[in-house]
Amino acid sequence: MPIVRRTKTKMPVLPSEERRDSWEEVALGYTPAQAMAEALRCLQCQDPVCEQGCPVNVPICEFIADVAAGDFGAAVTALKRKNLLPAICGRVCPQEHQCELLCVINGKQEPVAIGHLERFAADWERSHGLDAATAPAARRPEKVAIVGSGPAGLTVAYDLALLGYGVTVYEALHTLGGVLAYGIPAFRLPKSLLAEDIARLEALGVEFQTNVVVGKTVTIDQLLDEMGYGAIFIGTGAGTPRFLGVPGENLKGVYSANEFLTRVNLMHAYEFPRFDTPVHHGSSMAVIGAGDTAMDAVRTAIRLGAKEAHIVYRRTEAEMGARAEEYHHASEEGAIFDWLTQPLGFVGDADGWVRGMRCLRMELGEPDESGRRRPVPVEGSEFLIPVDTVVIALGTNPNPLLPQTTWGLETDAAGCVVADPETGATTREGLFAGGDIVTGAATVILAMGAGRKAAGAMHVYLQGKQATADAACEAETAKP
Amino acid sequence: MARIVLKRDLTPVTKLFEVEAPLIARNAEPGQFVMIRVSEYGERVPVTISDFDRAAGTITIVVQQVGKTTAMICAQEEGGSFLDFVGPLGRPAPLPAHGHVALVGGGFGAGAINTLARELRCRGVRVAAIVGARTRELLILEEEVGAHSDAYYACTDDGSYGYSGFVTGKLEELIESGAGFTSCYAIGPMAMMRAVAETTRPHGLKTLASLDPIMVDGTGMCGACRVTIDGELRFSCVDGPFLDAHKVDFDELVIRSKMYHDEETAASRACAAVEG
Repeated sequence: MPIVRRTKTKMPVLPSEERRDSWEEVALGYTPAQAMAEALRCLQCQDPVCEQGCPVNVPICEFIADVAAGDFGAAVTALKRKNLLPAICGRVCPQEHQCELLCVINGKQEPVAIGHLERFAADWERSHGLDAATAPAARRPEKVAIVGSGPAGLTVAYDLALLGYGVTVYEALHTLGGVLAYGIPAFRLPKSLLAEDIARLEALGVEFQTNVVVGKTVTIDQLLDEMGYGAIFIGTGAGTPRFLGVPGENLKGVYSANEFLTRVNLMHAYEFPRFDTPVHHGSSMAVIGAGDTAMDAVRTAIRLGAKEAHIVYRRTEAEMGARAEEYHHASEEGAIFDWLTQPLGFVGDADGWVRGMRCLRMELGEPDESGRRRPVPVEGSEFLIPVDTVVIALGTNPNPLLPQTTWGLETDAAGCVVADPETGATTREGLFAGGDIVTGAATVILAMGAGRKAAGAMHVYLQGKQATADAACEAETAKP
Repeated sequence: MARIVLKRDLTPVTKLFEVEAPLIARNAEPGQFVMIRVSEYGERVPVTISDFDRAAGTITIVVQQVGKTTAMICAQEEGGSFLDFVGPLGRPAPLPAHGHVALVGGGFGAGAINTLARELRCRGVRVAAIVGARTRELLILEEEVGAHSDAYYACTDDGSYGYSGFVTGKLEELIESGAGFTSCYAIGPMAMMRAVAETTRPHGLKTLASLDPIMVDGTGMCGACRVTIDGELRFSCVDGPFLDAHKVDFDELVIRSKMYHDEETAASRACAAVEG
């Protein structure tokens, strides 16, 4: 009998000293032996509560049993019944807040490394060339349009293509993938993985059109009335950056995380001058915020050559939004964490470059409406952090471009598209929405979950509107 | 990919392209812009739409070579293609239905006011076009802009043609002489647009400038193009490009526009060295 460990089987990673100038993926994945050892830590619960923590209801127990038995092909088949993009989710899902949080052994010992196992199974399938998806023999006549090629849009495309619909995905940028392409850096999600997933969708007959800004290049009315789409999914994400609204925020060297990461990931600024888009990177950089995007930005700054790269956050480690793994990797790579620090404004030099950040020390007070202890300023604690580049990673708001140019599409006070959480149906018939454009900035997996529900509802909408009406009518007449 | 159906050399450094882009042409309105990328290695840059032909499905742009990316755009040939050509972006210029409008264009801006002039004339608005360049050889599209305007004034800094001096001198002269302008639109180099704003401010003449700060995506995602308008944060790409010139913090805009000055200079030099 193998000895079952109380801690997760560690995933091999690139040594931290090798990461500072490498854009290669940091986490290297389990070997088959490591995966099987980790899978044996799963108790195979009769009632696997971990699965309730998964927004797409992956059959966690089943796929882990397959991994434990060494039947990796069966594991992938099980995974893919619920999640068509497991290689991505295995890498970017906040498992410690979802499935692993609910794992029954969690607390007594470390939970089963469900995310690592998902990634292992997906990578095993890829490396064995077994991940080709087959399009259904029967194609349906109806066409659907998907706006945005991020995680929500790709999920809808997948599900509807498998059902035989003609699917066109419209993307505003020149590269597909949405936040998976412009936002998440290659050292966390290699771009080849995304390209392979997109190639599989193309093999299923999904058509991709880049450089089309729906709402501008074509309108929703044109798609519905003239271009013959029977239904449309809106997955345009939360792409509008938030700023602090403090003095000096428009100095040179102050970026939104979106801009900083887009320059690097989408436009390859780290390869300037081979690529034409530059990015300013100094020796002392500060990233404001402590979510996954902030960790991505600080680790990017380190790779660009910053001597000092700070995370500046007004609360503490306990309240930060980042995945444990990203925080851990950022620490290993030398990020400096300035907890309980609130930026008040930025100070510039005569040429308009940011040179410093005025900050206030904070302490934790009573819990606020989010349940987290509210940071309150320590009087007279103002101090200056010398910086020459700042990245503001305080989250994003829904992109207003499409709602602004589409009639009948209701949005709430925050600018989020109003959609039924179970179906994605919006206030306009034939239009469905999901992901960050509905929820505000959230996670890849929640967007995929919303996409899956919307795809199901779009199928019902397209096929069954009349049938449902008939059935309802019959049920009505059948009543005594 | 967007095919270049026509290329015209307007000056040695200014080129006009007519580009096949039927979807963009169909929805384009005066004042909007496109984002262009010419190679896999290239930047995304905003370029004002100079004209559109819905029937032919084409978009016309005028590009003046000022750095590496604009040089690469200008080097594209008729029959070739722009790799990425995205639009129409930004809000259409808010145009009046009547009145007397001064359109001020400097350098490549003469191309950009062309479509505004045409639309205004269609609406029955009286149009005065004031177009400037350093010297006569650099003046562009006189015939086209002239044809779409009720009055056309060429200005050259060196006095080689038309009014001798800056466009702002001519604008001031017209205002003083009682032209009775009801609004003014400025497109061109930032220094010119700023000078136009300062010229019209004392007269209380409503002035809109087509701002062109640095952009990356052009769809409201990056915030690089943020400008301060009367103390408020605005994104030129989705809130503009035409914004109230009297309320723009031009000091900040000018400084921000020079963020990559060193990189741009190095890239232009490297580019010239390769060509030379």
